Amino acid sequence: MMVLAFILQALRIAVPYLLAAAGGVMSERVGVIALGLEGLMLSGAFGAALGSYYGQTPWAGLIGALVAGAVVTSLLAIATLRFKANQVVVGVAINLIVVAATRFFLRLVFDSASNSPRVPGFGGEGAGNAMLASFLNPVVWIGLAALPLLGWVLYRTPFGLRARAVGEKPEAAASLGVNVMGLRLKGLYIAGALASLGGAYLSLDQHQFTDSMTAGRGFIALAAVIFGRWQPTRVAVACLLFAGAETLQIQLQGAQLVPSQFVEMIPYVLTIVALAGVVGRSVAPAALGKTE
Amino acid sequence: MRASSEAPAPRQPSRLWEAVLPPIVALAIAAVVGDLLILTFGEAPATVYALLVKGTWGNAYGIGQVLYKTTTLTCTGLAFALAGRAGLFNVGAEGQLAAGGFGAAVMGMLLPSALPGVLAVPLCIAAAMATGALIGLLPGWLRARFGASEVIVTIMLNFIVLALLNWLVSAKIHVPETLHTPAVTAGGVPRLSQAFPVFAGSAANFTLLAAVAAAVAAWWYLFRTRSGYELRAVGLQPDAAEYGGVKVSRVLLVTMALSGALAGLGGINFVLGYKGYYEEGFAGGAGFLGIAVALVGRNHPFGILGAALLFATLSQGGLAVNAIVPKQLTDILTAVVILAVATAVPEVQQQLRKAAAGMSAAFVKKTRAGA
Repeated sequence: MMVLAFILQALRIAVPYLLAAAGGVMSERVGVIALGLEGLMLSGAFGAALGSYYGQTPWAGLIGALVAGAVVTSLLAIATLRFKANQVVVGVAINLIVVAATRFFLRLVFDSASNSPRVPGFGGEGAGNAMLASFLNPVVWIGLAALPLLGWVLYRTPFGLRARAVGEKPEAAASLGVNVMGLRLKGLYIAGALASLGGAYLSLDQHQFTDSMTAGRGFIALAAVIFGRWQPTRVAVACLLFAGAETLQIQLQGAQLVPSQFVEMIPYVLTIVALAGVVGRSVAPAALGKTE
Repeated sequence: MRASSEAPAPRQPSRLWEAVLPPIVALAIAAVVGDLLILTFGEAPATVYALLVKGTWGNAYGIGQVLYKTTTLTCTGLAFALAGRAGLFNVGAEGQLAAGGFGAAVMGMLLPSALPGVLAVPLCIAAAMATGALIGLLPGWLRARFGASEVIVTIMLNFIVLALLNWLVSAKIHVPETLHTPAVTAGGVPRLSQAFPVFAGSAANFTLLAAVAAAVAAWWYLFRTRSGYELRAVGLQPDAAEYGGVKVSRVLLVTMALSGALAGLGGINFVLGYKGYYEEGFAGGAGFLGIAVALVGRNHPFGILGAALLFATLSQGGLAVNAIVPKQLTDILTAVVILAVATAVPEVQQQLRKAAAGMSAAFVKKTRAGA
């Protein structure tokens, strides 16, 4: 029972990572550095709270998340694809804009500096077993399916083949008649939708939006992408590993065996270790960051 | 994993207008966004901007606070720019700044309180810079040795360093019931108000001079020394530099250490110049804002002084207008300025270059036709 509870909790914690990391894989596979994941998630979380608050149903929240994510993705796409701006800079700027903008609109809409009022979420309420009830949430299932599905799309469909080509050798793809810009745009919007759903999961699960509630999850998702070497299956394993570490951290907090700060560090240390090639050399999509 | 580290470095300006244009274009775009946001909130833009100016440059306290924030931002801006000149993206200034402040605080604690300030302060500065350099060295080494992207490593290191410092000040080196270290007893940096009483109450202190000196030193290093030349050569063409006899991995190491040291120096401003102790969260985003400062300052040490002043004004201005519009207004504007500098400015420059080329071609044609 302990083990089952642990697995269920880890899966729930993994959902936002899985969704954002799927977005990260998509984005980087078409050649755009996914440093803006944090901002995309946060905008999704805010959009979900807004939609759910005004629509009084979590489904409206999902629409709100997708709309907010699309707005931020458009900004990202214009800057990186239209103006060919430096992608690292754009990623950093997008994250800063979303943090500031969600705070600004939090005060404008809800007249609060820290959180939104309670909004409707999926299932869970009044159900017997809270742990199991949280699986009535469709976002959980989308999250669990996202990376396997993305893997299938990337490796088994014409779209996936072209997307990978655009991220590896855009010139070659273009010479074969592939619309490089169009594919990158599609890839970015898919990435934006996935990451904003990851954010939506957070605010709908907690029934409110709180200031900066993504708390670095976008960066951890990016870490999972690199750790998983841009391959959906490996990335999913990395996400589950990180979520497992976090669950362990939560469970150990009561036991006080290791200071929580050290457990907190695990995913970040793992990422650096992975980058140093300790778990095998990882190779990024060749055209990543280049949109000339 | 090399690709993200191969992201093109920001273009360096070659003409005066290329250096002056970015801030102007960026500010114009930010002003439009700012107006829209203020109107959304139902206030008049003119009122808000007037309040912003009055709360920053309108009184001695405001100016002092702006100068205080300028000091930290100059350090983190220089940190990013120096690395940027070598083609490196040091996104780790936030952690390096915090670590530098902590290093200074610990050194201050260890020194006997009888030690005169003229000895204690330089030792604390050295400790701050050394701690920052150490944090910068790790991503530099991983990049040079394993080709690990310094972008991701520095981002991850921010989390690790901040968690480590958080553990230290919550469990080890702290005043019980607080999240700060014991106060430094062996001397601090005097406040500006001790020389200019008009700044009374503001946090501005003489660390400002250290930051300006660091900018001058960085300029000298980059443009007047052999080592600085090699650094820029690596940033422009790493392969050509290697072929030309530059030891690229050594340059990467030295640059990241210097970059971290500059960010670490910023910790002096808070620890010795303002509070007298390290406190969790004092960096408060100044490390990330340094990226904006460096971008707008076009990676030039003197441009960075100006850009730091601009962003310090926006940051302090946010507090001044908070009564009528959320202070995040200026945070949004800051980010819009970054985005504008990264996108619109290269575009405008390209258009201008095209126009200039077209005009000169037309001129040549005309003179030929005349002759």
